[in-house]
Amino acid sequence: MDRIADVWGPRTPHGRETDWPVRVDQQLADGIGESDVDRWVQSACVLCSNGCGCDIAVKDGRMVGVRGRAADIVNHGRLGPKGLFGSWQAHRTDRLTKPLIRRHGVLVETDWDTAMNEVVHRSQELLAESGPSSHGFYTSGQLFLEEYYTLGVIGKTGIGTPHMDGNTRLCTATAAAALKESFGSDGQPACHADIDLCDALFLFGHNMAATQTVMWARVLDRLAGPERPRVVVVDPRRTPVAESADVHLAPLPGTNQALLNGLLRAVIEHGWIDHDYIARHTLGFEELKSTVEPYTPEHVAEICRISPVDLLHAAEIFGTSRRVLSTVLQGFYQSHQATAASCQVNNLHLIRGMIGKPGGGVLQMNGQPTAQNTRETGADGDLPGFRNWDNEEHVRELARLWNVDPLTIPHWAPPTHAMQIWRYAEQGSIRFLWISATNPAVSLPELARIRDILRKEDLFVVVQDGFPTETTELADVVLPAALWGEKQGTFTNLSRVVHLSEQAVEPPGEARSDLDIFLDYASRMGFRDRDGDPLIKWKDAEGAFDAWRECSRGRPCDYTELTYEKLRGGSGIAWGPERLYADGHFPTAADYCEDYGHDLLTGATVTPTEYKAQRPDGRAFLKAAEYLPPHEQANAEYPFLCTTGRSVYHFHTRTKTGRSPELRRAAPEPWVEMSPEDAAELGFSDGDVVLVESERGSVEVPVRIGRCRGGVVFLPFHYGYWDVEPDGHQRAANELTRTEWDPVSKQPLYKISAVRIRRT
Amino acid sequence: MHLATYLGLLHTSLRTLAGAFREVAKGHGEEPDVRSTCEVLANRLDGQVEKLGPIVDRYGEHRESEPERLHAAEFEQTRGGAVGLLRDLQDLYALASFTDITWTVVGQAAQGLRDEELLNVVSSCEKDTARQLAWLKTRMKQSAPQALIAARG
Ligand code: SF4
Repeated sequence: MDRIADVWGPRTPHGRETDWPVRVDQQLADGIGESDVDRWVQSACVLCSNGCGCDIAVKDGRMVGVRGRAADIVNHGRLGPKGLFGSWQAHRTDRLTKPLIRRHGVLVETDWDTAMNEVVHRSQELLAESGPSSHGFYTSGQLFLEEYYTLGVIGKTGIGTPHMDGNTRLCTATAAAALKESFGSDGQPACHADIDLCDALFLFGHNMAATQTVMWARVLDRLAGPERPRVVVVDPRRTPVAESADVHLAPLPGTNQALLNGLLRAVIEHGWIDHDYIARHTLGFEELKSTVEPYTPEHVAEICRISPVDLLHAAEIFGTSRRVLSTVLQGFYQSHQATAASCQVNNLHLIRGMIGKPGGGVLQMNGQPTAQNTRETGADGDLPGFRNWDNEEHVRELARLWNVDPLTIPHWAPPTHAMQIWRYAEQGSIRFLWISATNPAVSLPELARIRDILRKEDLFVVVQDGFPTETTELADVVLPAALWGEKQGTFTNLSRVVHLSEQAVEPPGEARSDLDIFLDYASRMGFRDRDGDPLIKWKDAEGAFDAWRECSRGRPCDYTELTYEKLRGGSGIAWGPERLYADGHFPTAADYCEDYGHDLLTGATVTPTEYKAQRPDGRAFLKAAEYLPPHEQANAEYPFLCTTGRSVYHFHTRTKTGRSPELRRAAPEPWVEMSPEDAAELGFSDGDVVLVESERGSVEVPVRIGRCRGGVVFLPFHYGYWDVEPDGHQRAANELTRTEWDPVSKQPLYKISAVRIRRT
Repeated sequence: MHLATYLGLLHTSLRTLAGAFREVAKGHGEEPDVRSTCEVLANRLDGQVEKLGPIVDRYGEHRESEPERLHAAEFEQTRGGAVGLLRDLQDLYALASFTDITWTVVGQAAQGLRDEELLNVVSSCEKDTARQLAWLKTRMKQSAPQALIAARG
């Protein structure tokens, strides 16, 4: 079977409430048979947030293939194209094997001592000169839990800087924000098995068929079986997901909040709500009701340019299905009023009393495989263990745990989000920026600006990665890192399932695990606790995991039940119960919650006093917001709205998937997708090369006539410059995108750039 | 009745504040969140002015004695740099506090007059004014350490 052509694999249909059948997918290198494999090493795939359990095939000290784990609750043996072809193939190709250091403007090979001494020297110099806030750390959604936690301790108290974030800001910040606003803390309420149990599935801005292919295979198996769930999709493109929908709503980009207010209004008006649940378990119903009141189907239809009949049909499916599962992703998270609109999905579930029920719940999705751990451990700026930066007692708890002065832990203001970190670097107040396992020179908005910042003379840039990238090119020091399969550690997927990923092979050349690099930095810097002992007391992954377990004790993400031993064999294991909040009790008590919340329109923080006055005490918040028109609008000069997204064959900026021959062939080049009507009007045929321009930059790509609604075009965001001759910067979608972010989650708005298109 | 004087004061200060938010949005365009939030808040202030319209029609407004002093508090020009941003937000905070307390005073009069229409306007506008103050405070708290300790130039 050609799993490049058949992305989701053969169907194994099943009915509601029956087990999803096992189907083991496997891929071995050419010429290798099962009997040639020396050993299979347990892991899980790190090419999307699904986190499919797998085993890595090893022969003669090399990774030679991969196989899904039949017993794993996430994938029941399956793997998708990225897992099959992209996970293990790139490990010997084109890797960074030696540290690099910039000398007279050029990066040259050096040894670890020289590289690390340079990093430490610059770090200490700046600490002496202008203190901790000269330092920024920008990490990833692709490291392991142990690495994030170690980085978190280094940043939060070793250095003591508030400027830490991950590229998770670009992918799942809104998921975390919406969960905190509604339920008081991060933590995914629903689980994968809910797909097997639901009567209706709502996908809000989530092209699951491309983002999590194995999860979509699970849905397809329900759709092909008896008692098929009804499907409603909100997406401006006619994606494969939309094609299988009973109702497809294609709102104009930027209007999600109006659409959701319309759905809420219809559900409330028809009385499809659980009054008893609302009274006992929520706060704010009256305000929600009055806020959504003006959003009649006709009014919403006009704002979103959709049919009012479809809107009502969708509301009816939501309101009358016995068990509804909703998923939310980038179509909401990276768009206008991101947190507000995502909270409205939570609200739909809360007013129906449908959270934590088998088959009835919400999945605020993650994008990257280990994003959940960036959020849990505080490598993204939050405090570790979902602690609240505005709660003095939480800060003292951490200080006791680490045996440091609470004052060294930055908590005087909200942690600095990624976009602000880059702004401080641009302004010159951050002068030391350590980037790990991410490629901002392709993935951040408005790339011309990002390149300028990275090139600044007064900014010292450390980049730690497995491959040479567009970002390592601009670094002062490059540290070669080990990848998946070359190091040990755990990570947590979108449904809180924790997997242990064992080391299968040795890293190439002098590459080291990210954990070892962070530990080395900590020891060279001489970070100490109050008693003069080393601040970081662990030396390996398991030690870091055990330290993290202590840190998480008593918090919503309590890992104390989990150990490496328990994670070996069998399936990955979720922290917490299978579903959160089954009893309608939410982590909103003032002394326990992760956040006191925000005003959804402006992001103004709710003060502790205001929060306590509401006496949430375990009730969820129904946070309401009116729709505001987006700042970026199509106009006479730039008449199209451009959204960005993914190809099913690639991950992130293709550093790994672009080096797998099968995946590379499957999607070698970027393109711009537009509706047949728009293409006809502009006189474009399939394959015509065009220039897509925004106020900020342009790309030159072939036209693909396809799935967009009128007035909207689509660009894939994966493509940068590492594998093409550098002839200008006209390939990366983010040349066009705008530096603007959601007021609450601070997630950039990739989904809405005004552009014009002309033939080259 | 001096309510007319206060309505005049309110009317002028709301416009001044809306103008000041727009100035800051323009002057600090390089801080996208400041730009977009200030625009949102300015638009909502226009809404407040509109809501005040029918009330002014009923009670009249008296604007002669105060404009001088209000003009003094008016926003002149945005400043540059990280500390400049902080100072500009602080000026907005002062202006917004002024409208906040003015709404409170007008609200007291509305209570005395048992004017339900005015009471409704006051309560919805006070919520929005609280939102302005809360956002300004949040944004200043965020900027202050970096601007005062680490910023150069
Ligand atoms: S669905 Fe995601 S985790 Fe599973 S194999 Fe595909 S890329 Fe890997």
